[in-house]
Amino acid sequence: MNEILTKAPQGHIEVRNFSLSYESIEGPVQAVTDTQIHVKPGEFVSIVGPSGCGKSTLLNAVAGFLKPTTGIVTVDGERVNGPSAERGMVFQQYSLFPWKTVRENVEFGLKMRGMPRSQRERAARTLLGLAGLEAFEKHYPDKLSGGMKQRVGIVRALATGPKVLLLDEPFGALDAQTRVIMQQILTNMWQRLKISVLFVTHDIDEAIFLSDRVYCMTARPGSIKAEIPIPLERPRQQAMMMSSEFLALRRGLMSLIREESLKAMGGEISDMGMQGLNIELHGHSLADVI
Amino acid sequence: MPAATAIAEAGPVPAPSPPATPPSFGTLALRWYRLNRAGLRATAIGVISLLAFLLVWHLLTTYRVVFFVRFTNVPSPLAVYASFTKAIHDPKFLLHILLSCRRILFGFSLAAVVGVPLGLIMGRFKLVHEIIFPVAEVLRPIPAIAWVPMAIMLWPTNEQSIVFITFLGAFFPILVNTLHGMSLVDPVLVRAAQCLGARERSIFRQVYFPASLPHIFTGLTVGMGVAWVSLIAAEMISGQYGIGYFTWEAYSLVQYADIALGMIAIGVLGLGSSLLIRGAGQLVMPWRLK
Repeated sequence: MNEILTKAPQGHIEVRNFSLSYESIEGPVQAVTDTQIHVKPGEFVSIVGPSGCGKSTLLNAVAGFLKPTTGIVTVDGERVNGPSAERGMVFQQYSLFPWKTVRENVEFGLKMRGMPRSQRERAARTLLGLAGLEAFEKHYPDKLSGGMKQRVGIVRALATGPKVLLLDEPFGALDAQTRVIMQQILTNMWQRLKISVLFVTHDIDEAIFLSDRVYCMTARPGSIKAEIPIPLERPRQQAMMMSSEFLALRRGLMSLIREESLKAMGGEISDMGMQGLNIELHGHSLADVI
Repeated sequence: MPAATAIAEAGPVPAPSPPATPPSFGTLALRWYRLNRAGLRATAIGVISLLAFLLVWHLLTTYRVVFFVRFTNVPSPLAVYASFTKAIHDPKFLLHILLSCRRILFGFSLAAVVGVPLGLIMGRFKLVHEIIFPVAEVLRPIPAIAWVPMAIMLWPTNEQSIVFITFLGAFFPILVNTLHGMSLVDPVLVRAAQCLGARERSIFRQVYFPASLPHIFTGLTVGMGVAWVSLIAAEMISGQYGIGYFTWEAYSLVQYADIALGMIAIGVLGLGSSLLIRGAGQLVMPWRLK
């Protein structure tokens, strides 16, 4: 445990000249093009963008599940060649092993590393305690609520002491209240572990509330449209979401994404319709429309 | 479930204070009855329906009803019961049953030992699938009974050819269901294991295998049923012992009560063996208990 908690900051993610395309019957499809991003050690960075912009593709490439068509992904200078326990991942669908109890799920990474049973049991219990889940260690995931499942998912990804944590819309399936609690839990864990985080979401409030920096992606083929530092002080409180600083950031990001969402929908909406949509948007809160 | 979720999210909750006096036996019995009403109802109706079946059988045979179907020579339930009480003291009858069970045990176990690993390997490695699947598809529609002459040619002893036919009956359902289970393994779980540091071997053992288990057990249950069908057919045609042979012999020797006795014995044995498999499934897959 101590080894995990006091590890020297590391986990510098770098993505350079990245593009990714795949073959389809109509020819190659460009999913992501000409993208550079980086995450400094211990930094919390989010990627937001319209749906289908390739933000998950980018994350999967950092995880090592997808190979870039051009460009390179490195973590601490080492090229990413495939998935590894150095890069923990949390999925939207929780992806807990249904046949393992909560504790066995958390132990999985340590078991793969060859840690003896008694040692990994102790480690898993400590971690579950931090997440307030010690009472559920013997439960199967089926019996847990969505929020609890995702807490187990996060704890499981952190158990091996990865250099970076990758999260793919982890709270997308949760209700609003649970989501807020989960954001708080994630922030707490991140601050304790001083781990680098790359967080993909389509929720702008979530991105601002959690991050040190936010990348905004363009519509497909995705690339980085803007990089927005979030200078809000930490620890962050729920009340900050009403501050003028927060709302200004939100407005900025909203308009960036709106442009891209409209572009992405352009194929389906005629120019006339788009203009109509634009006019209507001026009077309304953008949040209601998007 | 919402209440449980709320409690779980809030963390440990003090246990409700126990009632001042323990509930009386009458209250408990009433509560137990209310909770199990549906089950009790089903059991009661089941018993009544079985008794009605026996009664109809009894009436049809005592009055030797002939109405398209001829009950003239069909033994009555009492006659069958009489021959049952005689048979359980007859070592020869027990030997018939024992031998049938042994053939099932050998044939079915072989089918499971070959079919499950083959299905797992075919599901994991495309080339193996591409090589074996066409042959399996061509052989699969051939009923095990159609194999009897071929089996007699193939195997030096009668016993071996009967076990072989039992094996064939069980093999294909087991193979096909294992394959089906493998094709349904959630790829996100595989990815989750990969970024927890699992290598090919561990992924196979810790993800693919347990994820396919429910379908494997469906295959085993279906396979057990078909194994009995094939065994009885094989015994009737080529056997010298076994409960199928017993039933056929009873017909040849005009022992009508023994025909029904043999049929009921086959039914009970089939039921017993599928219960065994279901029990094994619950032991192996505790996470599926509701």
